[in-house]
Amino acid sequence: MIQTINFLKPNRDNIKNYSIIGTFLVLVSLIDVISNAFLKINLTSFLPGSLTTLFPLIIGLIGLNMMRIDYSGNKKLDLLNKNINTNNFNALLTLLILFSIIKALPQSLSWMIFDATISGDSKDACTGTGACWTYIKVWFRRFMYGMYPNEFHWRINTAFILVIALGFVGYFMKENLKKYLALYYVIIYPVIAYLVIYYLISGGSFGLQWVETGAWGGLSLTFIVSFFCLIFCFPLGMIFALGRRSNLPVIKYISICYIEFWRGVPLITVLFMSSVMFPMFLPEDFFMDKLVRVIIAITLFEAAYCAEVIRGGLQSLPRGQYDAAKSLGMGYWKMHIFVILPQALKLVIPGIANTFLALVKDTPLIFVVGLAELAGMLALAKTNPKWLGFAMEGYIFASIVFWIICYAMSKYSYNLEAKYKTER
Amino acid sequence: MSDPIIKIQNMNKWFGDFQVLKNINLEVEANKKIVVCGPSGSGKSTLIRCINRLEEHQEGDIIVDGNELSEKTKDIEKIRAEVGMVFQQFNLFPHLSILDNCTLAPIWVKKMPKKEAQELALDQLKKVQIDDQANKFPGQLSGGQQQRCAIARALCMQPKIMLFDEPTSALDPEMIKEVLDAMVSLAKGGMTMIVVTHEMGFAKEVADEVIFMDEGMIIEKADTKEFFANPKSDRTKLFLSQIL
Repeated sequence: MIQTINFLKPNRDNIKNYSIIGTFLVLVSLIDVISNAFLKINLTSFLPGSLTTLFPLIIGLIGLNMMRIDYSGNKKLDLLNKNINTNNFNALLTLLILFSIIKALPQSLSWMIFDATISGDSKDACTGTGACWTYIKVWFRRFMYGMYPNEFHWRINTAFILVIALGFVGYFMKENLKKYLALYYVIIYPVIAYLVIYYLISGGSFGLQWVETGAWGGLSLTFIVSFFCLIFCFPLGMIFALGRRSNLPVIKYISICYIEFWRGVPLITVLFMSSVMFPMFLPEDFFMDKLVRVIIAITLFEAAYCAEVIRGGLQSLPRGQYDAAKSLGMGYWKMHIFVILPQALKLVIPGIANTFLALVKDTPLIFVVGLAELAGMLALAKTNPKWLGFAMEGYIFASIVFWIICYAMSKYSYNLEAKYKTER
Repeated sequence: MSDPIIKIQNMNKWFGDFQVLKNINLEVEANKKIVVCGPSGSGKSTLIRCINRLEEHQEGDIIVDGNELSEKTKDIEKIRAEVGMVFQQFNLFPHLSILDNCTLAPIWVKKMPKKEAQELALDQLKKVQIDDQANKFPGQLSGGQQQRCAIARALCMQPKIMLFDEPTSALDPEMIKEVLDAMVSLAKGGMTMIVVTHEMGFAKEVADEVIFMDEGMIIEKADTKEFFANPKSDRTKLFLSQIL
């Protein structure tokens, strides 16, 4: 009896037979599902009713069970068993997920690619059952540049290229100027970037026609808002993080109040306040552009989150670092600039990346105050009477664009982490 | 007899309700080497941390090199720059190389030109025999090497006084010797030193005076030979019998 069970139980001795039979059974189950999904052929129609549907699952489970050999000595098999085939329940989940993907693949592929339309330049071109990428094609400039006049798009492009190029200056800076790097990025760079964007995109001087910010929009507006909020909220957050740990009660409590206030209100109300309420308190002849107000509002809001993330990093440093810096005669600022912040900021890269990603993904909220960045332009486009009914394509497009931006940011943060990693 | 470089009078210190230091009186003359010993929790570390005001005392006076330490002390950084300190956990800056660890304070606190600071640092690192490790990071060094680097870092500020807070307690027995050797040669160079340690061999070799502390009080203070040969209080005798 025991021998029979041992014989049925896969182990290293009968590994050859079992792994081959197991692989074969799993393959059979996959072939069944694939032929069902892609070719619409039911290979197991000879089986009665519900058994036909369950057939691949049962066969696959038996197959995976036979392949589950501990310490088989085969690297690939061990990897497979360790990750997706640890027990029967996990094997079941693996199969279900695999089958669902296979089942969903033909429909999504035919919708997105095979039956989709991209030719033509009006709604009439889209007669097929698939996606209407014509819509994206026709609206592409709007999605990128908003209502900004077509003939001036080069101004936005030039401004962005300039701002990006200026951002790389740090890489080429001479060794003896390296100590001014932080100063450059925190103060000089934002000012230059602001001037570039103001004179090129807004225009109004140097023979460039004035374009009001209400016409800005699309992805370029997403970039502008995110860019300024990111570079301003970080130093501001750093100041409040240090302030919250200060020994001076006034500074400490101002920082706490600030952080707790901004963390306690929803971003959407902050945006409404900035665009509706705030101008009421300003003197009549004082004008501040809506876009500037929105950027300030988001910056102040996100600075509170940055502050708490950075404070986490400051708190994780051992007290000995403070002691050592103090014992060498460093004052508060020298200690923080040379010893504490370089270490703390390195620790909070993942948290800061998190906050920044959230910020970028929060920018569509500025639609509520009438600024249409990428998602906002979509909302406008889908209600255009000539182009009703293509919301799906629009949102898929927006998701892909946002995903690319955010993935690039998170990749960059991993790179930074690796770059500044030192053994502790 | 010259004026003492460190003078502590009737000093008391509390952590909350708990009194860690009770009525401390201590005078240290320039170029003297003092070893402070005693059981853990007796306030030895707190005492020397008070001398460069990493801890604040509540009562009494501490006068370091003619400057009184109190809340009113304006330039505490200036006094700290003259008092080097070496910690039990080394506390090197992990994000800076060994050389940068040593040059950071001279460059930014003493406004020394970078080149001069580097020469000074290499000189000090050579004295503790780790000048070949100058471009490595602290995490790549052994404990003994890290502690010697910490000593060099403190010396780069050219302090008048050196404080050692159990410098060998976190080290392997093999590494203790290399750190003690560095301290002995420093002592022979004439530095004023206050060393909290359990290394009685070191005390016998270099100390001018030994202080025994227990429960926040200085129980016994005597010349080194006298202290080991002829301890007066029973508590000291008990301690010495256990540690030697």
